[in-house]
Amino acid sequence: MGRITLDKVRKAFGDVEVIPPLDLTIEDGEFVVFVGPSGCGKSTLLRLIAGLEDVSDGQIRIDRQDATNLPPAKRGLAMVFQSYALYPHMSVRKNIAFPMKMAGLSQEEQERRIEAAAKALNLTDYLDRKPGQLSGGQRQRVAIGRAIVREPAAFLFDEPLSNLDAALRVGMRLEISELHKRLATTMVYVTHDQVEAMTMADKIVVLRAGHIEQVGSPLELYNTPRNVFVAGFIGSPKMNLITGPEAEKHGATTIGIRPEHLEVSTGSGEWKGVIGVSEHLGSDTFFHVNIEGFGEPLTVRASGEVSLTYGDTIWLTPNASNLHRFDAEGLRIAD
Amino acid sequence: MARTVTTQRKLVTTVFAWAIGIAIFFPILWTILTSFKSEAVAIADPPVWFNFDWTLENYATVQERSNYFRHFMNSVIISVGSTVLGLIIAVPAAWSMAFVPSKRTKDILMWMLSTKMLPPVGVLVPIYLLFRNLGLLDTQVGLIIVLTLINLPIIVWMLYTYFKEIPGEILEAARMDGATLRSEIIHVLTPMAIPGMASTVLLNIILAWNEAFWTLNLTAAKSAPLTAFIASYSSPEGLFYAKLSAASTMAIAPILIMGWFSQKQLVRGLTFGAVK
Amino acid sequence: MATKHSRMSARLMISPAVLLLLGWMLIPLSMTLYFSFLRYNLLMPGMEEFTGLTNYRYFLTDPAFFAALWNTIALVLGVLAVTVVGGILLALLLDQPFFGQGIVRILVIAPFFVMPTVSALVWKNMFMNPVNGLFAHAAKALGLQPFDFLSSAPLASIIGIVSWQWLPFATLILLTALQSLDQEQLEASEMDGAPWIKRFWYIMLPHLARSITVVILIQTIFLLSVFAEILVTTNGGPGTASTNLTYLIYMQSLLQFDVGGGSAGGVVAIILANIVAIFLMRMIGKNLDA
Repeated sequence: MGRITLDKVRKAFGDVEVIPPLDLTIEDGEFVVFVGPSGCGKSTLLRLIAGLEDVSDGQIRIDRQDATNLPPAKRGLAMVFQSYALYPHMSVRKNIAFPMKMAGLSQEEQERRIEAAAKALNLTDYLDRKPGQLSGGQRQRVAIGRAIVREPAAFLFDEPLSNLDAALRVGMRLEISELHKRLATTMVYVTHDQVEAMTMADKIVVLRAGHIEQVGSPLELYNTPRNVFVAGFIGSPKMNLITGPEAEKHGATTIGIRPEHLEVSTGSGEWKGVIGVSEHLGSDTFFHVNIEGFGEPLTVRASGEVSLTYGDTIWLTPNASNLHRFDAEGLRIAD
Repeated sequence: MARTVTTQRKLVTTVFAWAIGIAIFFPILWTILTSFKSEAVAIADPPVWFNFDWTLENYATVQERSNYFRHFMNSVIISVGSTVLGLIIAVPAAWSMAFVPSKRTKDILMWMLSTKMLPPVGVLVPIYLLFRNLGLLDTQVGLIIVLTLINLPIIVWMLYTYFKEIPGEILEAARMDGATLRSEIIHVLTPMAIPGMASTVLLNIILAWNEAFWTLNLTAAKSAPLTAFIASYSSPEGLFYAKLSAASTMAIAPILIMGWFSQKQLVRGLTFGAVK
Repeated sequence: MATKHSRMSARLMISPAVLLLLGWMLIPLSMTLYFSFLRYNLLMPGMEEFTGLTNYRYFLTDPAFFAALWNTIALVLGVLAVTVVGGILLALLLDQPFFGQGIVRILVIAPFFVMPTVSALVWKNMFMNPVNGLFAHAAKALGLQPFDFLSSAPLASIIGIVSWQWLPFATLILLTALQSLDQEQLEASEMDGAPWIKRFWYIMLPHLARSITVVILIQTIFLLSVFAEILVTTNGGPGTASTNLTYLIYMQSLLQFDVGGGSAGGVVAIILANIVAIFLMRMIGKNLDA
């Protein structure tokens, strides 16, 4: 079982408070992603859960047991590091066996679990190689293998895909999701990439400067971002944020509209603009449209087949039901 | 260098580089050659290069007359002893500075380096008198202590730069995997640190073997290592080139071989990790 | 990683090294300082008395001191000049592709592993000796008068011997640095049409700057204390022609048994070394941060 509860957990390095008191509950079997820009405290939070950093104040409970002062190994958690942290002098087999050896498992049990993990992760042919002889993706799998064999209460992932190239990243993303479906074990995953967060998470925790900005399912965050920060952070391409007189018309300080919620017309509409750069992705086309009176160009999604180009004049109409309004503090104004 | 160089240019470079290489190595080569000559051939004019009666007589004479082996063993004991002692003191220090750095770590390292700036002659008198009063003059123990202390900053620095390269995440992974401090050191840290420790040991033995200020000033006949023993050839009687050469060859051969094996690590050790 | 417990044990593990080095610095230093104010000669035991600055006055007004100071500076600068310039040239040469690179490299670095007393004796006797040395043989073969290196140009000869010992060190470090130079930088500058000499001046030399600093720093530490080479070749002579500060103080303390005077000289040497050190530490401090 792996229910993790953080109760007023606070972390300070000397006088610098990196995580102000924070409450969070991670349910058993949930895939939770901590996401935020670099330096937001997401890795520190993960390391507090892991026990690699001391908590300054507050309590961490794992399955209702106080784990605040337990050493990392006693918490029943397994971690996959950004650099994979494989032991370079040990073969893949020995790497995977290491946590079991430390736990004093029998030789047969070790063998059994290594075989199973290697089969699940496609590592059977590589068991006797050293990490130095493996590709990035394979190393990643070994790191995951080392975590699986411990049969932990929860897995912790610290930006595990950031060292892989784009194609491999998509593949590993699927593998990790699949692993979660199969094992149904709690996973806590840290990333700065909101696409990873959106595609993998049951629950996303958006962090900024140690604060939780919003907790919710990917669609909740997409549909009802609680503030300007979350609105701008979740979704790709980014939500268009407009301030000034145009926002005031809607009774807000800032209004936000996603590129996919703007209607394009060559005849008429609410805003008239001129097309700048366009990006053709085949299925979709993104236009950057300059509109007079708006500070920044708006990003607009159109179908892949439009024949508009640089310099053309078009009209845009925001889809009223998808318009987000934010007040002077940047908080969402309820509809 | 993915560049094809014309064979002609490569040949010219080859000749040039070999000429310079041999010129620089020549004094050593000449010493080795001379060690196999008779004294008369050793000073022959014009010089005899290879065409002489090769003899091992000089080696035998050097051993016989001055108990060469004893000085050789002094060198071994002193350089190995000071290296082992240095490691015992330096490993924990470097380990904690690399893995539990504090704000003062950099300062401590720089301060240790600065002790190397202290000119030995500035403390020659008190060390000499202290050693005389403590009965450490002309003893192996005394030299081991001094050489350990003068090389300690280099050992700490070298180990520090090697330990620094072991990623902290690996030690954290070991901790997550349930390793105790003991098994962390035995199963993870030590195997990863051994190459760095080996080159530290090698460099330190070389430095201790060749140290020639304290060894000359603090020893006499009994525990003189080779540096000091060889110096006794500076006021010779009669013909002695071949014997000097034999003694010299034996003194430098072990370290020359060790040095060649550790070229790469040498750069790093001698530059306190500043050049890798 | 950084838990309270680990920080405690870390401090405990550093302390032996720190305490030993601290003792090694402070105890002899304070003794040297104390002796330097005493009239203290080992040949006249029991006659020690406080004499204030007398020892310093004698030491600093001794013409030998100025000779030694000058010789020390000349020795350090001379060897630095030869080894840095020679090292750069050799490194450039060895960085070129040619047959037997590994072997030539080994030949070039060999002198570094030769102990100072051996190299000094070999050079003194087998090369520089005016009767039986190879240089004398060569001079005679060319119909020239053999030159008595160590009597006629003692300091220059010692600079030559010491340079031979340190040239490999400079070469090895500069070569290592040169090999770490990003080839793309050189190719880019070639595309930009820079001729070889400009590539050397604007790309290679700046890249080597850090290593040159390191070479200068480390060699200076050792060169200020050159001792064995002088002891076995010239004994500082003729006169004081090849006496450096280290050797002068050694003579005063251990040959004339003048502990007070030697200690005053030691203090002066420490002060001078510190002046050099402060300057050098600034240089390397900047370079080592990276």
